[in-house]
Amino acid sequence: MILSGGRGLRTFRLAVAVRSAWRACALTLLCASASFAAVNPAPLSPTNIFAPESTPARSIFRISGFVLEITGAIFVVVFSLLAYAVFKFRERKDDDGHEPPQVYGSNQMELAWTVLPVLIVVVLFLSTAQVIHRVQDAREPADAVQVTAVGHQFWWSYEYPQYHFSTANELHVPVSDASDPTPTYLRLLSADVDHSFWVPRLAGKTDLIPNHPNTTWIDPHQVGLYLGQCAQFCGTSHANMLLRVYVQTPDDFQRWVHAQEQPAVNDPSVVLGRTLFVTKACFACHTIRGTIAAGKVGPDLTHLMSRDTIASGILPNTPENLRRWIRDPAAVKEGALMPKVDMTDEQLNQITAYLETLK
Amino acid sequence: MATDSIAIPLPRTASRSVVLDWLCTVDHKKIGIMYIVYALIFLVIMGCEAILMRIQLARPESTFLNAEAFNRLFTMHGTTGIFFVAMPMLFGFGNYFVPLMIGARDMAFPRVNAFSFWMTAFGGILLYASFFSGGSLLHGGSAPAVGWFAYAPLTAPAFSPGHGTDFWILALLVAGVGSIGAGVNFVATVLCMRCPGMTLGKMPLFAWMNLVTGAMVLVAISPLTAAQLMLIGDRFLGSHFFDPAAGGQPVMWMHFFWIFGHPEVYILIIPSFAFISEILPVFSRKAIFGYPAMVAATAGIGFISLGVWAHHMFTVGMPSYGNAFFVLTTMVVAVPTGIKIFNWLATLWGGKIRFATPMLFCIAFLFQFLIGGLTGIMLATAPFDWQLHDSYFVVAHFHYIIVGGILFAIFAAFYYWFPKMTGRMLSETLGKWHFWIMVIGFHLTFDFMHVPGLLGMPRRIYTYQAGRGWGVWNMISSIGVIFQAAAILIFVYNLVHSYFKGALAGNDPWDAWTLEWATTSPPPDYNFDAVPVVRSRRPLWDIKHPEDPDWKYE
Repeated sequence: MILSGGRGLRTFRLAVAVRSAWRACALTLLCASASFAAVNPAPLSPTNIFAPESTPARSIFRISGFVLEITGAIFVVVFSLLAYAVFKFRERKDDDGHEPPQVYGSNQMELAWTVLPVLIVVVLFLSTAQVIHRVQDAREPADAVQVTAVGHQFWWSYEYPQYHFSTANELHVPVSDASDPTPTYLRLLSADVDHSFWVPRLAGKTDLIPNHPNTTWIDPHQVGLYLGQCAQFCGTSHANMLLRVYVQTPDDFQRWVHAQEQPAVNDPSVVLGRTLFVTKACFACHTIRGTIAAGKVGPDLTHLMSRDTIASGILPNTPENLRRWIRDPAAVKEGALMPKVDMTDEQLNQITAYLETLK
Repeated sequence: MATDSIAIPLPRTASRSVVLDWLCTVDHKKIGIMYIVYALIFLVIMGCEAILMRIQLARPESTFLNAEAFNRLFTMHGTTGIFFVAMPMLFGFGNYFVPLMIGARDMAFPRVNAFSFWMTAFGGILLYASFFSGGSLLHGGSAPAVGWFAYAPLTAPAFSPGHGTDFWILALLVAGVGSIGAGVNFVATVLCMRCPGMTLGKMPLFAWMNLVTGAMVLVAISPLTAAQLMLIGDRFLGSHFFDPAAGGQPVMWMHFFWIFGHPEVYILIIPSFAFISEILPVFSRKAIFGYPAMVAATAGIGFISLGVWAHHMFTVGMPSYGNAFFVLTTMVVAVPTGIKIFNWLATLWGGKIRFATPMLFCIAFLFQFLIGGLTGIMLATAPFDWQLHDSYFVVAHFHYIIVGGILFAIFAAFYYWFPKMTGRMLSETLGKWHFWIMVIGFHLTFDFMHVPGLLGMPRRIYTYQAGRGWGVWNMISSIGVIFQAAAILIFVYNLVHSYFKGALAGNDPWDAWTLEWATTSPPPDYNFDAVPVVRSRRPLWDIKHPEDPDWKYE
């Protein structure tokens, strides 16, 4: 048995192979990371986590890139070594039938492949801890826009405590300029089960848990519509609990706030529908400010027509869709908690007509 | 006294005696086989559930399944996979081979062993009884729809009426008792039943790893069992552990669940490491490299894994220093895991690698486990996890570990030890078809599944809107399932066919080195004619190479 000599030689060869593989992959990674940063991945998906448009998402994007580079390097090195070993040390056709030299171990090598990973872990941990601190412990500026987001099965309510109104399913926030940051701070609560607020291009997700208030913040740099959806399984229609964040210029945002603060339009031509809203008990769950409807179980409908979608983002807000929804909510969105209320077609038309006036 | 303990054989028919023999057996080999067959049946069932889900998700806004059916399927798929496929399968191989490898005649507590198996079996049957209770079978009966993690307060009677959640709780409670029994048995067997000469430092790594697994089962399953009891209390007895309306804390359930749930991952992967650590050396024709380091790394993973659970909770809103702590502990696990990979690599290095089917699965394991480990580091980076958590990236990551790692290791174990268990070889031709089709299917499904996660697709959604850019990736993942299903069919056919028609194996078909190959295939009830005496970690190497035995070097 060639134990001592063979072992020393093989150890040396392994070390050389490691070193040359490391050099080769450092170069590859440099190119890879350059192209990673250069390509704009936004068109791939409206919810691409690698197309950040807000400080928390950008911080995450940067640390992700760093972690991807390190893990990528480890992958290339170990993958190459494995592939090389499997190919190089395969049993040959002309094998002499002898067992190969038996090598039982090497303390130096064990030490090497313990210390090296420890160093990598230290680096990764320190850079991660820095980002955790920066995102999580960011001080809330006094002039930040405050929103209380409450998760419900299967929709979102948004209260604006600074402006004394609440709305549902479509969150509006002002764009935040680097020179004049106006971040939005969201207090996250749950009315029933666990949910999670996730708009990938703006921030990582944060859960909404009963008896466990959370906070998250965003400062979107670009005007536009950002999509997301509930990311914690919350029951039957979890998949239909979509998120829409409208980022507006400060002026547009103020106009929107002003409009939302107004009580509901009182249009005498739809008085039949308005009466039905009471007699059919809709008011028990929904609020329409300026009327006796002050329920808190379902979405605030005061300015329903200012929204693009209904049913938590799954349907465009058209009269047909609204009518379909009222006729049988659970048929449109399985598991929806709004009950099917017994109504004639005419009553359905009247109540839809009423809701259509809530601009 | 003497007459009491003698069983008086009753006349009975041959078939009845075979059935009774298996039902009443306390033989570790029969119990092992029952665990394995039981797990195989559930593997096929959970695979069917996966197929249904992949059909549903192949296209956006598909109407193949409704929401409730889909939610039930993923709950059952996950629960079955962990508790009724992976654990019994690994316990099965452990049961069969730990006593053989340490030169014992049976497990330390044969009756506890049988009890544990039957409890586990009953748990699985109870869980699946839910399909046949209430509701229509087509929509999943009253199968649970709360996810395998069953976060409170979704499990409260207000949100989960009916008995689906109760089936889930009771099934896991019962199976958990079985698992704890198995854990006790593995620890006691390895510590007390080793043959003369086999010190702890001369045990096969297989025994070491099952020892660590057994100890972890004791520590990890107990909190789950406790949490299930609390949940039962909340649902039926008016307690308020997790009821927010009465001041209970849903977050506490998360802690209970994950202090079970994360060690559980290692309870599954460490026995898989055990398979690899036995098979890889035999087909490299070399002793395992760095045995003491492998033992230390295993024990290290066992310890550290008890302190990483809240990395499943980075989005729950822990304080920043809490998050940082769990980032650190989680990343530290990478160190002993890396040690293992490097030692396996060094075992290959300088060997003469034989590409028999068990070795093919081992090699695929190494590559796939490497990738699954590296995506694990990404998830351990808490900020990255704020994006990736509960997305399809996570689903891809842990399937890389569970299918690409654990299941591939299990397949390796099947091809390697089937000859010992049945006396017949599995077909190598079919084995290679199985391997390559499985590799193609696995990579089609799970490589491409990372992408929708990066593009913002959450888990556990039964439908998604077109225009999110997720459709094409999901379609590719679904197509991969066809290959995986075909591979499993070939595998099952191979098992059945080879059991009856396979080539005779002989005692030691792989020219291996551990004690199980020193007895007949299949081994007699008493395992060994004479209790073996060993002097090294590879007793059969010593016999085959008297001029150059291991004990001179260890």
